Amino acid sequence: MQEGTRLTRSIGLIPSSVMIGIFFMVPFVLILLTSVSVPTADGDYQLGFSLEHFDRFASWFYIERALFSAGLCALIALLSLLIAFPFTYMLTQFGPRSQTVWLIYILAQLSLSEVLIAFSWQILLSRTGGIANILVWLGLAEKSFSMAPSAGAVLAALVYLAVPFSVLLLYPALSRLDRSLTEAARTLGASPLRTFFTVVVPVTRPAIISGGVTIFVLTLGAIIVPQVLGKPEHWTLSVLITDQAIFNFNMPFASALAVVLLVISASVIYGVTKFFGGKS
Amino acid sequence: MNILRRLYLAIFAIYLIGPIIVITAVSFNEKRFLAFPPRGFSFRWYAEIFVANDWFAALMNSLVIALAAATLSVLIALPVAYTAWRYGLRYARALFGLGIAPFILPPVIMALGFLLLFTSTGFHGLMVNVIIAHAIFLLALPLVTISLGLESVDKSLIEASQTMGASNAVVFRTVILPIAAPFAFAGFAFCFVLSLNEYIIALMTVGFTVETLPVKIFNALRYGYSPVIASIAVVFLLINITVFSLIARFSNLTRILGAQD
Repeated sequence: MQEGTRLTRSIGLIPSSVMIGIFFMVPFVLILLTSVSVPTADGDYQLGFSLEHFDRFASWFYIERALFSAGLCALIALLSLLIAFPFTYMLTQFGPRSQTVWLIYILAQLSLSEVLIAFSWQILLSRTGGIANILVWLGLAEKSFSMAPSAGAVLAALVYLAVPFSVLLLYPALSRLDRSLTEAARTLGASPLRTFFTVVVPVTRPAIISGGVTIFVLTLGAIIVPQVLGKPEHWTLSVLITDQAIFNFNMPFASALAVVLLVISASVIYGVTKFFGGKS
Repeated sequence: MNILRRLYLAIFAIYLIGPIIVITAVSFNEKRFLAFPPRGFSFRWYAEIFVANDWFAALMNSLVIALAAATLSVLIALPVAYTAWRYGLRYARALFGLGIAPFILPPVIMALGFLLLFTSTGFHGLMVNVIIAHAIFLLALPLVTISLGLESVDKSLIEASQTMGASNAVVFRTVILPIAAPFAFAGFAFCFVLSLNEYIIALMTVGFTVETLPVKIFNALRYGYSPVIASIAVVFLLINITVFSLIARFSNLTRILGAQD
């Protein structure tokens, strides 16, 4: 009887299993297989085992790209958490109504296509349309000038992209923070600032660490901002993968780069949670 | 301290909303070239979305894909979340974990996987490809919201109705569904919005046959500035705000985002 019901319960899972199996597992395996495929005489590729595409990656040009991507994303994770943390802490102290309003806005902006964020920063950093004009108006610059493409533009837009995510990643831990802890610190004479740094930050450390990792992986996936606001030397691994797959039709090399990206993401997630003890 | 607090909040709000205000202002520009502060005031770039055939077609493609993908995603997620919660089947929980994974990976990896799958099977370029791809990529959202909803169902309520002789189907319909439905709706809405705004998977699955709005915007960006993009950004932001307000109205937004009740 028990076995019978277990079987009937599992039957309901068949359609979902098929969908997840075909459309998640198979693409995944295809990437792995293609990354080690061997080229044929007519320029196509076939199943086989060769590491030549990884060998191509192992040149200074691509390794430098990988290091640049990792460094950029680590910096963005750090900056966006620094910007978002105090705000999120204050947000959790707002009344439920204004919390909801803020969260709706933050979600709406977070969901806004990366294409549109890149576009808005293109306007902001252009000669005719934004920050440069304000600098002239303030007398800080003589003449309006264009601030993109540049590494700074890529950094600024990606941080802007990451801040709403950081707020949402920090929100659960900060809203569940035991208020009696901060009250106790205040009663014992600690200043609000001191309470913040000696109680709030240490207690929410796991969320800060796992949030940082998530932001890192998230910005590693950014594709449009580096293309629109950066020069080719600011392109990240994700952009190079798209470039290889769509414009060079080099699937094996794109797959090999995807495997590298996967390894970087996975090892950062694993390494950071292991050594700093964030929650997974 | 209070002044510092207010100052920080003000700066943060300007930082967050400033670029959006600039885009909004630019979208009402009368002229075709970029100018901020805007010159003149007109709605012509909003009319353009609906008048220009190619922009309107892209908008329609995006809406159809997002609706279909969100529906499919909820349909895939529902049995998995339900079996994992109700019976705690190990297989269902493994499936749950697998379903979360695509969302955590950099999207370009899934996009490349879908591209390889559809080109190697010869089904390249169909609209249904991107619907399925989005449904799988965003599966984590309905999975998480639905299981949050199910967790708030009191199990003693189920036992009570079973003691009174209700069958599994009746329990599901009368006890579980009313409590879990708002959360399933939230999953649907999250999926809808993210699919609408998604770029790289849409590009790699159907980029050259079915143009979605984000893909079209990026193509337009390559040829320089177009004021229509600014008006589309405003429309999209309004859609996003509406959808999330609906979630907040009919479901429990702060709880979905991880606050305690």
